[in-house]
Amino acid sequence: MAVTVKTFANASEAAGALSSDRSARYLGGGTLVMRALNEGDVSISTIVRAQDQALTRIEASGPRITLGAGVTFARVLAERDLAFLHAPARSIGGPAVRNMGTVGGNLFAPSPYGDFTVALLALDATIAVQGGFGSRDIPIEEFLQGRERQAGTLVLSVSCTRPASSEAFRYRKIARIKPKGGSVITLAAHLPVSGGRIAGARIALGSMAPTQIRARAAERALEGRSLDTATIAAAASAATEGTSPSDNALGSAWYRREIVGVHLRRLLSGQE
Amino acid sequence: MTKIPLQFRHNGRDVAIFVDGGTNLLVALRELIGDITPKFGCGQGGCGTCSVLIDGELHLSCLTLAETVSGRSIETLDGMKQGPNLHPLQRAFADNFAAQCGYCTPGMLMAAKALLDRNPSPSRAEVVEAISGNICRCTGYEPIINAILAAAGGRVSA
Repeated sequence: MAVTVKTFANASEAAGALSSDRSARYLGGGTLVMRALNEGDVSISTIVRAQDQALTRIEASGPRITLGAGVTFARVLAERDLAFLHAPARSIGGPAVRNMGTVGGNLFAPSPYGDFTVALLALDATIAVQGGFGSRDIPIEEFLQGRERQAGTLVLSVSCTRPASSEAFRYRKIARIKPKGGSVITLAAHLPVSGGRIAGARIALGSMAPTQIRARAAERALEGRSLDTATIAAAASAATEGTSPSDNALGSAWYRREIVGVHLRRLLSGQE
Repeated sequence: MTKIPLQFRHNGRDVAIFVDGGTNLLVALRELIGDITPKFGCGQGGCGTCSVLIDGELHLSCLTLAETVSGRSIETLDGMKQGPNLHPLQRAFADNFAAQCGYCTPGMLMAAKALLDRNPSPSRAEVVEAISGNICRCTGYEPIINAILAAAGGRVSA
């Protein structure tokens, strides 16, 4: 079925078109929306596009980085200042998907996809969105909890604070096929250290619930402690708390619960 | 539904077509231009056999909205051979028995070309990474990797 394509010069016009039409979807890199059209998704009757340079801007020089929603994973990988995001960007798709898929689109990618968003959740990213009535910033956790209701808003950019060191941010995607494959589970941990103790730990999990979630019990086990064997074991044993994984072709819910603690332990102890 | 006029470069030649709203580039190439070298595999971005180069960058044509390539340059396998001569990659695929059923071959060749255009002497790991979005269900990956390395090393019989 043919759809109407509306192309706008700037993001705010596109956001207006998106918010006024329930059957409109924003086309980013195409890896979600074109796939839905190819599968005959009749809920989409309008495609909205914006050719706004602001959506593809990267600000990566300072302590806080901002990525336009339309920035592709290939561009993240080409940016030396974004080295801390290279592991999550590289874990997505093959080269063609990384040339197409965008940071903004990944926020909407359902499990087993959305690996980059796991990293952003651990990094406590802020999502700038524009609805029909103006723009606002939403913490990523709130954004993800209300993701179904975000359909009428346009994501403009994501921003986060650069981790203090490469040790302070860790990422691990478990896939059956290497180097490319859908996620069995995905883990990211931000572990700021103050005076030898962890302060403000954030652990994010992908494919352990309908959206990416934080492993809050594991975070509590780390808080205020040094990253020693006993602390890591306590965090790993708390990893399943609050999770609700489902079965899919890549793994069963049971399997995901069995392995999440194992991989969290390896992530925290710096094992390959 | 009104048709949308669309112009772009296809293997060095200017083309002009009319597409329906929502038409993907793969359908436009195969059904409207008659270039059947990019194949339809999954329609989901999982298999890579529809891979083409857009302004030299590897893209999946089935996930590309046709009208987004307006004014851009598309390369497909159909434009790879140089006159009557096979491209060195095509020659290497033939010499190294890199095609079994052949369905993945157009995408593999475009992914390999995207790699060698940027990195003329890749490592084996870089070749594996470059074709990681392309599935060969005959599982003939080793000869494909060897063919790409052979083409890069110039060890190709004329």
